Amino acid sequence: MTSTPNNPLALVAELTHRCPLHCVYCSNPLELQSRSNELSTEAWSRVFKEAAEVGVLQADFTGGEPLARPDIVELIRNARSAGLYVSLITSGLPLDEVKLDLLVDAGLDHFQLSFQGAREETANDISGTKSHQHKLRVLQWLKRYRIGLTLNFVIHRSNIDELEEMLAIVEESGAGCVEFASVQYYGWAFANREKLLPTRQQLEYCVERLKRAENELQGKTRVVFVVPDYYAKYPKPCVGGWGRKLMLITPSGDALPCHAAPIIPGLRFENVRNHSLREIWESSNAFQRFRGEDWMRAPCKSCDRRTQDFGGCRCQAMLLTGDASATDPVCSLAPQRPKVDIVLAQINDSPGAASGSAVSGVASGGKVDWLHRLNPA
Amino acid sequence: MSVDLNSRPRLAAGCRMGENNNQRVLLMPERALRLNGPSLEIVSRCDGKHSVTQIIGELQLIYSKAEPHKVEQDILGYLDLLQKERALDFEM
Repeated sequence: MTSTPNNPLALVAELTHRCPLHCVYCSNPLELQSRSNELSTEAWSRVFKEAAEVGVLQADFTGGEPLARPDIVELIRNARSAGLYVSLITSGLPLDEVKLDLLVDAGLDHFQLSFQGAREETANDISGTKSHQHKLRVLQWLKRYRIGLTLNFVIHRSNIDELEEMLAIVEESGAGCVEFASVQYYGWAFANREKLLPTRQQLEYCVERLKRAENELQGKTRVVFVVPDYYAKYPKPCVGGWGRKLMLITPSGDALPCHAAPIIPGLRFENVRNHSLREIWESSNAFQRFRGEDWMRAPCKSCDRRTQDFGGCRCQAMLLTGDASATDPVCSLAPQRPKVDIVLAQINDSPGAASGSAVSGVASGGKVDWLHRLNPA
Repeated sequence: MSVDLNSRPRLAAGCRMGENNNQRVLLMPERALRLNGPSLEIVSRCDGKHSVTQIIGELQLIYSKAEPHKVEQDILGYLDLLQKERALDFEM
């Protein structure tokens, strides 16, 4: 690609990999970075300034748990004064009323609270810790402030049947937005995939119920549903197109086009300690690699949808086919779609699939044998 | 859901105006809208003080060469869109 790229619009700031939760579908890499490698307050603050200069509008503070950074208030204040819109994507767990007050005062624009379920037992099982009751308390505290609020329910086979109770939490909270985000299968989620994928029957009910919810909540809460793309006909426009809209900075300062990109062999990532964001955006090998259409093969390169989904997700192609340049195998036009269909058949054709319960030991009150996300050293 | 002419729209929680490279934008959770010409004139009046009727009246003056009814319809359509995006609260 030789053409000049658009400006990036969003900066995903993975402030730390430390987290009090151990969610079985965590999007962090299996190899987590330790606290001693994390960028300093000053380095992050310089990154925010450079981001605004290169055209970024929004900074999403995430992790791990961004509140695990002792300098979180200062980071919010500095990102705001750089001119960015600041979202905090959090479990809410390390929060108390005093801290919340400081975050809002520092200029936090948008608070996104993750939920692992609607029932305490489910949520605690998924997150490997007691967290649910505290999240409900945080929702009560948030009612005192006029800041953006999004609830994020991460959906999978073990909690998708709690939809009605989730909607009740949403209504009670008065949130402006709720995301029902199906687990996507990378990292820890890929390791737990067979236990997480919902059945087709569960998914169909979910789609129908959320359509009704959209009407019921119109004007109050925007309802966003992210489908599990294994069940989709076409791939998702992953990260809005590779190197097209988004930059992700890891806790130690590597700049990635997508959080899962390190699984792709041969990509070279630049670090914000050594290069400006503009240099990285315009000329880093990793950002150039799948930018535009030159890398595409059939059927993508002549497909009408290539300007909508940009060939889908490179990391998913890598994980499922071993070839990062292949068409995303979730696409119904992909030569390697059978690899996805085999997985779905295992989920849907097993005994008990109709109830969504009897697969991989979720049945008969049996505990699922999860691989819980660990914490970095 | 239709827009009430007597209501006074204001930006919803988590929504604010911003600017980048001399481009005004409406910043919202997880998304942003470019504001140009008429859309900027409309959004900058969504301050909880102007009623919808007042916004229409003021824009009909600014865009006096356009057909007044068309201006009204465009404004109502745009406010409706912003409401669906959850970018506005309508105060009575």
